[in-house]
Amino acid sequence: MATATVTPKVNHIGLPILEYRGGKSTLCAGCGHNAISERIVQAMYEMGVEPERVMKMSGIGCSSKSPAYFMSRAHAFNSVHGRMPSVSTGAILANHTMTTLGVSGDGDTASIGMGQFVHMMRRNLPMIYIIEDNGVYGLTKGQFSATADLGSKLKTGVVNDLPGIDTCALAIQLGATFVGRSFSGDKRQLLSMLKAAIAHKGTVMLDVISPCVTFNDHEGSTKSYKFMQDNDEPINEVDFVASFDEIEVDYGSGEVYEVEMHDGSNLRLRKLLEDYDPTNKANAVRTLMEAQEKDEILTGVFYIDTKKPTFIDQLNVVDEPLGQLPESVTRPPKSALDGLMASLQ
Amino acid sequence: MATSDLALGQLEGALSVRERVVNDFSINVATVNGSGSQSANSVLLKSIFGMGVPVSGKNLFPSNIAGLPTWYTIRASKDGYVARTRGAEVLVALNPDTAQQDTLDLPSGGVAIYEEKLNLKQYRDDVVFYPVPLDAITAGLCPEPKLRKLVRNMVYVGAVAQLLRIDLGVVEHGLRKQFAKKVKVFELNFGAVKAGFDYATEKLTKQDPYFIERMNQTAGKIIIDGNAACGMGAVFAGVTVVAWYPITPSTSVVEATTDLLKKFRVTPEGKATFAVVQAEDELAAIGMVLGAGWAGARSMTATSGPGISLMAEFAGLGYFAEIPGVIFDVQRSGPSTGMPTRTSQADLLSTAFLSHGDTKHIVLLPGSVKECFELSIAAFDLAERMQTPVFVLTDLDLGMNNWMSEAFEYPKAPLDRGKVLNAEDLERLGGFARYRDVDGDAIGWRTLPGTPHPKAGYFTRGTGHTDTSAYTEKPEEYVKLMDRLSRKFNNARKLVPGPVTVKDGTSKIGFLAYGTTDFALRESLDQLEKEYGKKVDYMRIRAYPFAHEIHDFVASHERVYVVEQDRDAQLASLLKLDLPGEQAMKLRSILHFNGMPLDARTITEEFATREGL
Repeated sequence: MATATVTPKVNHIGLPILEYRGGKSTLCAGCGHNAISERIVQAMYEMGVEPERVMKMSGIGCSSKSPAYFMSRAHAFNSVHGRMPSVSTGAILANHTMTTLGVSGDGDTASIGMGQFVHMMRRNLPMIYIIEDNGVYGLTKGQFSATADLGSKLKTGVVNDLPGIDTCALAIQLGATFVGRSFSGDKRQLLSMLKAAIAHKGTVMLDVISPCVTFNDHEGSTKSYKFMQDNDEPINEVDFVASFDEIEVDYGSGEVYEVEMHDGSNLRLRKLLEDYDPTNKANAVRTLMEAQEKDEILTGVFYIDTKKPTFIDQLNVVDEPLGQLPESVTRPPKSALDGLMASLQ
Repeated sequence: MATSDLALGQLEGALSVRERVVNDFSINVATVNGSGSQSANSVLLKSIFGMGVPVSGKNLFPSNIAGLPTWYTIRASKDGYVARTRGAEVLVALNPDTAQQDTLDLPSGGVAIYEEKLNLKQYRDDVVFYPVPLDAITAGLCPEPKLRKLVRNMVYVGAVAQLLRIDLGVVEHGLRKQFAKKVKVFELNFGAVKAGFDYATEKLTKQDPYFIERMNQTAGKIIIDGNAACGMGAVFAGVTVVAWYPITPSTSVVEATTDLLKKFRVTPEGKATFAVVQAEDELAAIGMVLGAGWAGARSMTATSGPGISLMAEFAGLGYFAEIPGVIFDVQRSGPSTGMPTRTSQADLLSTAFLSHGDTKHIVLLPGSVKECFELSIAAFDLAERMQTPVFVLTDLDLGMNNWMSEAFEYPKAPLDRGKVLNAEDLERLGGFARYRDVDGDAIGWRTLPGTPHPKAGYFTRGTGHTDTSAYTEKPEEYVKLMDRLSRKFNNARKLVPGPVTVKDGTSKIGFLAYGTTDFALRESLDQLEKEYGKKVDYMRIRAYPFAHEIHDFVASHERVYVVEQDRDAQLASLLKLDLPGEQAMKLRSILHFNGMPLDARTITEEFATREGL
């Protein structure tokens, strides 16, 4: 496989994996979110990201607590419900040189946070937006969220009679430049997608199905471990080769969609669905909509565009973090005020 | 022949018996919005200013794009009064829909300058009428129908200038400045001014007592609106991230800020040292402000009442997680959508306590355009020093109207970026606790994302936290945190802009007020002294939490009238919460809340009644 096969004691910037760990999780044992936190630790470690160059952002809910459980050395901002996108936007504007990773949930994103979510996708800010998607509200004890599939059942027997929102289709349509879905139980796929996400310049939106073992892991749920194991339909096999990796893998021509990432690394998507082109926006949305009609849960990288300018590019700001510019740059000189005063006389 | 249209023979020769009124009257230009009259009115205002006469202008406009009645009043005041007056002596009637009522509203002996076709003299017999064939003059000047509306406005400027004896050279100078680089536009506009002026010279005989005469009261002074002054303050405070959602009457704060940032904050390579984002709503706007403030940028937003309501949740996060940010609230009449284009001071309480839980905010209260500039700068310094959102509360009257002012002074003190640890500090200290009160000022030290040190990171949260920012629900930890926040807020009394003692030591009775109430109150103080021989002290408040001097002022007076522009006595209520019981009982309220800017006469009459004068 393309990723490093032997985990070294230290990564290529000389840090042991311990430096990427966080506090002890207070989530339920077996919660999908914990597995996702593990993959984030591993991806950041393997990519050699300096922990203090990372901003961990979140809203409110079980998912949004999880940044406390990985990368304690990074800066974190656990904000308010559904508002992680705006806080992240401000933080990125103040310092666009950071790696920004936001963790949200299906309630935090698709219900209370929908307004901010769609506008964040439009702006294509450089950040990774992960939805830890379990289809229910955990902290308030198991109400349906807006990503719960039509016809899925609560433990109490209540059946969801509204269609689930496909956050991936939305994100693709609105302008995110790297959109995929994974499953917390698929370590290999999720790790590769996270590593590629770290290398991407633009908004990465990953919807990660992450079963809630307490409220939504039963028969009749479409977000349970069992359901995912039975119904997960990978659209492509995701391999990521970092710029510092020296592993070469040969695929038969025509089988692999190869994407050169901004930092010189390679994302290799081996086609499982015939002729799936992850750079075709309309086709990506159509494929997702058709899958929803067939009750299939597609996973993999649905869409990628490495060329589209980010919001930071569009704002045409200086290379330095805006928040750290000195007074000599940010306060105009006295002559500027004198000129303004003269013009108002 | 001279066609000055005297309504009655009785006014013939009136000038010989009536005194001339020089530099002390108001002009009311009645028009429709969307007619482009704003620049003409601005030329008129600046021409009076150019004559050296203190002047102020107020735009009374509807919440509408085009076609509804709009009035622009210009007050010339040799004594420097800038408040609204109850009636204008000179009417420029251009709106057929309101012309009759506008004429009826004139005081006896007033003046109506109007489009000849409106035939206004049928409505009054105690007013001087000057009909001007604006349409006919305009048609002769401007073959292009598209431009006629604008040219017509300049024709009335010329006629008014001549009738009030404003020098044509002054008008020309102002126009030249306004259209500095557009020679053709200047020529078209000045041609129209001149045509109006010449018509008045040739065809109208001055019959009214109102004159503008040269003074020297405006040398070195500027004219600016409060929103532009706030924007200028923000830029000279080094604002770097601006996130906003358009809302009347605050929109021009951000527009002014953006214009100046584009002018002064672009590198020679063409790169911006700022970011301005039009957000999807006010929730996102303040979220971006806090995100940016957390990551080290000077950030701001500007809004009005409905936006303030939406920002409530984030305001609490900013207070509790201790994140700097500056929020301008240009107040308009509420509740709810209210009257979007009418002024008010009714956001004070909701802003001071914006959000649930025990939340309190620093609120700065500029009382002039100069203070809009100065307090905006102070707001950014305070926000970073105190690590909290700071609100700057102005109102539509101050924000959207033109005011004469001393020129703004370049700030003397450098930016105060507050308590921030860098990598060297962390190395020396071996780490830090984000919310620990190590200096006894109730303010912890913070680090910024990206600080290159393994101990730099911390977990910012809106949940209960210890001084190392770890989650806690322990009663004693929560109490400790809330007490420290309270101490920090209390300390702000000494750091916020102190009150201005306008008048003290002459009376047992005092006035307290803030913001635009000042304009009317200063004039009322003079009215009370002149008309009733009554001297009253006055202190103007400039910030919440209240400085100790405000307590002292109340303590040293028997009765204190709190004058404000809201129904529920919000400033008085806030003071009562702060003052000891026996002091709080001294407060009385004079309230004005009809959406119009407060006038001096209202205060004077109410005070006289209450005091039995």
